[in-house]
Amino acid sequence: MEAYFDNSATTRCYEGVKDIVVKTMMEDYANPSAMHRKGVEAEQYVKKSAQILARLLKVNEKEILFTSGGTESNNLALVGGAMANKRSGTHIITTAVEHAAVGQPAAFLEEQGFEVTILPVDERGVVRLDELSAALRPDTILVSTMYVNNEVGAVMPVEQIGAMVHEKSPKALYHVDAIQGFGKYRIYPKRLGIDLLSVSGHKIHGPKGVGFLYISEKAKVQPLILGGGQQGGMRSGTDNVPGIAGLGMAAELIYTDFEEKVEHLYQLKERMAEGLSQMEDVVINGMALREGAPQILSVSFLGIRSEVLLHTLEDKGIYVSAGSACSSHKRKASSTLTAIGLPADQKESTVRISFSEENTFEEVDYCLEVLREVIPMLRRYARH
Amino acid sequence: MLYHAFLIKYAEIAIKGKNRYLFEDALVKQMRIALSHVEGEFEVKKEQGRVYVFCPEEYDFDEAVEALKKVFGIVGISPVVIYEEQGFEQMAADVVSYMQSRHPGYNGTFKVYTRRAKKTYPMTSMEVSAELGGKILEAFPEASVDVHEPQLTLSVEIREKIYVYSETIKGPGGMPVGTNGKAMLLLSGGIDSPVAGYMIAKRGVKIDAVYFHAPPYTSDRAKQKVVDLAKLVAKYSGPIRLHVVNFTDIQLYIYDQCPHEELTIIMRRYMMRIAEHFAQKSGCLGLITGESIGQVASQTLQSLAATNEVCTMPVYRPVIGFDKQEIVEISKKIDTFETSILPFEDCCTIFVAKHPVTKPNLNVIHRSETKLEEKIEQLMQEALNSTEIIDIS
Repeated sequence: MEAYFDNSATTRCYEGVKDIVVKTMMEDYANPSAMHRKGVEAEQYVKKSAQILARLLKVNEKEILFTSGGTESNNLALVGGAMANKRSGTHIITTAVEHAAVGQPAAFLEEQGFEVTILPVDERGVVRLDELSAALRPDTILVSTMYVNNEVGAVMPVEQIGAMVHEKSPKALYHVDAIQGFGKYRIYPKRLGIDLLSVSGHKIHGPKGVGFLYISEKAKVQPLILGGGQQGGMRSGTDNVPGIAGLGMAAELIYTDFEEKVEHLYQLKERMAEGLSQMEDVVINGMALREGAPQILSVSFLGIRSEVLLHTLEDKGIYVSAGSACSSHKRKASSTLTAIGLPADQKESTVRISFSEENTFEEVDYCLEVLREVIPMLRRYARH
Repeated sequence: MLYHAFLIKYAEIAIKGKNRYLFEDALVKQMRIALSHVEGEFEVKKEQGRVYVFCPEEYDFDEAVEALKKVFGIVGISPVVIYEEQGFEQMAADVVSYMQSRHPGYNGTFKVYTRRAKKTYPMTSMEVSAELGGKILEAFPEASVDVHEPQLTLSVEIREKIYVYSETIKGPGGMPVGTNGKAMLLLSGGIDSPVAGYMIAKRGVKIDAVYFHAPPYTSDRAKQKVVDLAKLVAKYSGPIRLHVVNFTDIQLYIYDQCPHEELTIIMRRYMMRIAEHFAQKSGCLGLITGESIGQVASQTLQSLAATNEVCTMPVYRPVIGFDKQEIVEISKKIDTFETSILPFEDCCTIFVAKHPVTKPNLNVIHRSETKLEEKIEQLMQEALNSTEIIDIS
């Protein structure tokens, strides 16, 4: 049996996504900026995707900017947002549990002379609102938090953060990295006080290499990629029509029968957690099950190094991740796990199990069965 | 200017008397292997005591030179322009035009060196050199002749055609792989062992390799890294047969039965035994390791002696006296460094005790190994039987 539980790293494409990607590569392949009819036909796919996303977020389709994915969206929000608003101030706030795609642009901005405040989180991974309140200043121009943390599944109180930001720092833009949140929550930026929102295609059963940034019409952002002036000059480069069409289709599909899908994810997560809770020296990190994100379960198997467990499981066809996949080539302890205060040995033994709607209870049971079988052997041969 | 051929210079092998043809044949063979990775049909030929590469009409000069620079035994590579033989006047015109394109406005000292393979040519070598020198002086009035220490030597070989060259690109030296037997390299994925393999291959030794894989404690990426390293070494050594031994069960058994501080030493003794098994099976005459005295606990003289004791074959340790920095420099030169430092664990590091023995006592080690008697033979057999063989070229 194969059980793919690494859906927060990436997901399998929907069939419908595959079909529209193939169609836009093989039939409607023209350049959407071309003046001829074939170009106009290709442009329709881009418009259609913008319409779908705008409808799902309850925003204007002009506020959707297509990018190459989550990392670019975050870079544009941070760097482009800071550059465009530096006359209003130079103070930026972010949190200790952000993905590197926010953390690194923030560090870059600090080198460029901006002042960056990094907010701590509580033991569940949730940003501390009292700390945020204390950090907000009149010259704060940008606040960036996640919607859902990618490692422990903590859900940030974005509505409260949005309200607080706009009340205490009227010039500030509120950016939300919703790469793990979009498709799992209904997100309405205008109600939540979100000015910028980053989303990635391949986390929602769409293609890799595409994503978008919602930019509120009121927000000023300086483009980072200059050239032919596509997308109103905000992001030059020939539109990635297959990617954009696939992204729109994926968003449409993931929000179809949405409540049932989320409930299914929570049930998978609860079943897994239930089984794990019967094992000795297994700790589940983050928020209470139903409070945290439906698709992410962070688990520490004390006394077993996460990489060894990962490779043992892969041999049985079970795929999980150790730390955040994007940073696992660098042997560095995860900053999220450090920020929530896990001791070193627990950090080293933490894996992330992440579900998608395609997972089944049988797969969960199979994983639990394999864990029960291999854990005693792995504990016996620990490093001394 | 397009070069039509390369003249290959080799020093060391020229002095080997009757064995000379064996060495030349090995050199030609290795050159052919190296050039097979470059696009285009290259013809490697022994011709009257010289080795030539004749190039196709279209080829990438830099790629061809890079490939040749990795063939051990080559001391120099001279790019050659070939002209039709159409009498002396035409030859003089060609030589002057060669000079004009290769050394425009030349104003240093030079000499012309002529070699006549075609003995029927109506002028002697001395006459040709003198006449050509005169023609060059006419065309390059600021140049001057110095036959003792010229800044530039223009070589002209008169064969069926006229071969002209004036530059020599340095080769790697050493001896052609295949002229000194074969040895088994213990390849770990670190910095040292690829360098050790390179150094032994440089002396003409063909290389096979063995890697100890310990899933799930080491990942497929760690194995891929070793395959990638073997590929880099193979650019110099020619094809490598890599043995991937699944070492997990042996390692765990040792861990169960023996004191933890002796784990690394005992483990390495079993690695040597396995390496020697494959070495004997494939006709190797020795083992190669990247050990360097004192670098880690398992590389003290006592530890080396303890590891060495299980081998009957000679163990070659070419970097034994090198500092880490010296090894790093070679690994950068041969392009293995970047791959070696990728952070995947190898099986030597995963169970390392906090305080491993640095001065193992052989009697103690022997006593510990007796605790393995029950199952070790069977585990060894299983490891040997399940070894995966990857041919790397």
